[in-house]
Amino acid sequence: MKTKVAIIGSGNIGTDLMIKIIRLSPSLEMSVFVGIDPASDGLARAKRMGIKTCHTGIDGLIKMEEWKDIKIIFDATSAKAHVYNWGKIKNFKDKRMVDLTPAAIGPYLVPPVNFLDNMDIPNVNMVTCGGQATIPIVAAVNRVTKVHYGEIVASIASKSAGPGTRANIDEFTETTSEAIEKVGGASKGKAIIVLNPAEPPLVMRDTVFTLSAPADREEIKKSIHEMVVEVQKYVPGYQLHQEVQFDDIPESEAVFIEGLGMKHGLKTTVLLKVVGAGHYLPEYAGNLDIMTSAARATAERMIAKNSSK
Amino acid sequence: MNHNIYIQDVTLRDGMHAIRHQYSKAKIKEIAVALDNAGVDAIEISHGDGLAGGSFNYGFGAHTDWDWLEGIKEVLTHAKLTTLILPGIATIHDLKRAHELGVESVRIATHCTEADISPQHIEAAKKLGMDVGGFLMMAHMNEPTKLAKQAKIMEDAGADCVYVTDSAGALLMDDVADRIKAFKDHLKPSTEIGIHCHHNLSLGVANTVVALQHGANRLDASLAGMGAGAGNAPLEVLIAVLNKMGVNHNSDVYKLMDAADDIIRPLQERPVRVDRETLSLGYAGVYSSFLLHSERAAKKYGLDTRAILEELGKRNMVGGQEDMIVDVALDMLSKNS
Repeated sequence: MKTKVAIIGSGNIGTDLMIKIIRLSPSLEMSVFVGIDPASDGLARAKRMGIKTCHTGIDGLIKMEEWKDIKIIFDATSAKAHVYNWGKIKNFKDKRMVDLTPAAIGPYLVPPVNFLDNMDIPNVNMVTCGGQATIPIVAAVNRVTKVHYGEIVASIASKSAGPGTRANIDEFTETTSEAIEKVGGASKGKAIIVLNPAEPPLVMRDTVFTLSAPADREEIKKSIHEMVVEVQKYVPGYQLHQEVQFDDIPESEAVFIEGLGMKHGLKTTVLLKVVGAGHYLPEYAGNLDIMTSAARATAERMIAKNSSK
Repeated sequence: MNHNIYIQDVTLRDGMHAIRHQYSKAKIKEIAVALDNAGVDAIEISHGDGLAGGSFNYGFGAHTDWDWLEGIKEVLTHAKLTTLILPGIATIHDLKRAHELGVESVRIATHCTEADISPQHIEAAKKLGMDVGGFLMMAHMNEPTKLAKQAKIMEDAGADCVYVTDSAGALLMDDVADRIKAFKDHLKPSTEIGIHCHHNLSLGVANTVVALQHGANRLDASLAGMGAGAGNAPLEVLIAVLNKMGVNHNSDVYKLMDAADDIIRPLQERPVRVDRETLSLGYAGVYSSFLLHSERAAKKYGLDTRAILEELGKRNMVGGQEDMIVDVALDMLSKNS
């Protein structure tokens, strides 16, 4: 029997996640799709797809007959709304939350890196789209050699950044930087996001730079390639756009990194591309795809884990 | 409403690009004092890509922004200490830290179509009591009316001034006039209008004058043009021209000439001038800060800088996408093989 889920938030992320669960999930069943704007495109889409909807937020959802059978709630609202939503849900001990906002009440979760550490936590946070695309790579380097510094640049098509993302861009930068350290393992993390308005829209690109202790380049390359395969299991459009690049930074050319001081070692550059599955938004919106796919993968793994207990 | 002419120097911010963000603390102070002494109205200091720009992507600075800014406010007699941030790189947290170091004015920079990522930062800066400029970069990539609508978003958020920022040095004189006129039509009379030029087509001073003639009053320039690409409007030249035009301002042309030649030119590792590479930036409409990164990639991979710059232009890369320079170089290599 499939596990019943609800999604709160009828913007780009919530709607894309709903489509993925309906079309692709072997173990999740879409029960209720929740918004706060009865006129939203997402709620209209849900109705057309035959999904029960609610336009009065979490308070409306809790009063619905379907509520008692729902086991997993995805939150695709905002950091502020998530705090409210979690306040309502945390007392229901049979329910778990997968948080796609930057609120980060629960621990950061990047499926191929730290799922096993967090599989029993009732509220997990999916970091950011850029974090999901890049933190696996930081971790892949860090499992070979100590990463002192991890920096990521996420370039997304303007059309794929909704009003929520635009109004709160600092939350992206801060949340991603912190997760590069906490999940990726870097001593210091830095995140940059760039919106590009080109027409036709450009596919999401992510670049990862690490500065690590010197190590065998082939080992690092192998670890990165293996990690890419892990991510591809739930995001088929995730790919290395170029072969991994290396540069030695000798002590005589050490760089000054805020918070770390003068550093030298091995610089690794990884140029990624994330082609979306084209569910709610077209293929350029890899940022949407990687976020919702990571959330779906997390929920499915939670269920698999529970049923094998 | 007539606003006073306001000369903002960018030698210590845009000029960072020309020396890979390697000014020493002592040099920053020496130049700031010289500018203050020469009467400029505002002095901008930060990494070339704004606060927190130090990174692999844009180049690590010789110091942190905090080290560069520290102790400068105390040595200025009248010039405002200012800085710049790009939402997506720096955060409000960084802005507050700069404010604590005596920064009283800030420019919030976004690509010319993405003004709606700036209100969070503009509002925060206003709350701190700062003077705020909205800075619409790569202004050649948006048509005048649409650009003015973006400026309106910044004005609505509280910006005191909005800039036409020609990051690629690609605007011609009529292009500047059309954009400033559109700003005049769409913005409140109380909102000031600014111009920031790059000299890639040798129009840095001319475009600044055109902007002034159509209603801009905040003019950006740097000593000896010290800035990304072929540099900015050279400050000492701009002031000489304003003198000959009979425009009122507070700067001393001879003191600026001396600072440009005695302090700045000796610092330029790569001459800041219009040459094959920097002209290509203006000609192809490419972000001027890509210059040194592209030259480095060309050397590493055995390619032609101009070809890399042109390809970046074709791909519509915007400011901040320096990581795509190596990507373009690798694509060109695999195509050639």
